[in-house]
Amino acid sequence: MHPYTTDMYEGMLAETIMLPGHDGDIINAYYARPLGPGPFPGVVLIHHMPGWDELYREFTRKFAHHGYLAISPNIYFRFGHASPDDMSAKVRGSGGVPDVSVVGDIDASARFLKSLPLSNRKVGVFGTCSGGRQAFLVACRTKSFDAAVNCWGGNVVQPKEKLTPAQPVAPIDYTKDLSCPLLGLFGEEDKNPTPESVSQLEEELKKYGKTYEFHMYPGAGHGFFYYPSVAYRPEAAVDGWKKMFTFFEKYLETHGRGS
Amino acid sequence: MCTGIVETAEVSGSGKGPRGWFKLERVNVSYDHPSDALIEYALNIDFVNQKEGPSARVAVELSPESARKLAQAILTALSQVALAVSDSPSRTS
Repeated sequence: MHPYTTDMYEGMLAETIMLPGHDGDIINAYYARPLGPGPFPGVVLIHHMPGWDELYREFTRKFAHHGYLAISPNIYFRFGHASPDDMSAKVRGSGGVPDVSVVGDIDASARFLKSLPLSNRKVGVFGTCSGGRQAFLVACRTKSFDAAVNCWGGNVVQPKEKLTPAQPVAPIDYTKDLSCPLLGLFGEEDKNPTPESVSQLEEELKKYGKTYEFHMYPGAGHGFFYYPSVAYRPEAAVDGWKKMFTFFEKYLETHGRGS
Repeated sequence: MCTGIVETAEVSGSGKGPRGWFKLERVNVSYDHPSDALIEYALNIDFVNQKEGPSARVAVELSPESARKLAQAILTALSQVALAVSDSPSRTS
């Protein structure tokens, strides 16, 4: 990617759109893209457990600013509509969003991005918290992605007693099917995933000869990108974003802001 | 849902939400990321009425220590109910 200089033109379009998701259900999504002819790589963002919120809109625009077609589908769409925190509470009280609909919605979002005339046909997936788990899951269950980023996704290693009707299989059990390179960003003080469960996933990735890159940040716990919360760790966050953009640039052939 | 720790119970009573009072039908108690409290994990209590939609909710997000104090306070108050009722003067007089 060409580094930004102050003489560059820059523009962005960001809006809510509707698109067919899992099983053809129409869902809504927040879509942001750079202005310009492209071609641009794409990124699908999977929002975290606290919901399809303002932070994820910011993240989506951040990717567009960096030259990506970015889309964040509302994976809670089928549960109804209210404020993001009310929706998060509803999904939590209902046993969580089913893995099957998440995989379907995220896969459909990748297909949407690739169908755009501005697309370079390369798409990555990014998620934090439960979205990190789901990014790994989707990268295993589909072949739609060229790179995946799992930020502190808990419950990738899921003991049998924690499996539920909505989450019937532990994502680690799908590791052999991982279809693209994986970047993992984790905090040493995180309780879910613990450093031990991150090591367990790493062993599984090695076992199947997968391409991956893991970074474990000391002094950071869960959610260290989240600047409105006490979890925010500026040094880890700045370095994490940098590593993520380097990773996506490597595998998604970013050409910068339409240049 | 990150930790997966959720307990639910049917309840009856009323709660006051952003649109005023509504009938409660269920409480969801979870230990997970809060939306507002400045702690990594919170004991979240959501009193809801699913028939009235996701906005019919009375929510609190407590530190684990605060949640234990609340639970103890509720049990202590309830333990005094029988005594208070038996000691109260008759309302028919």
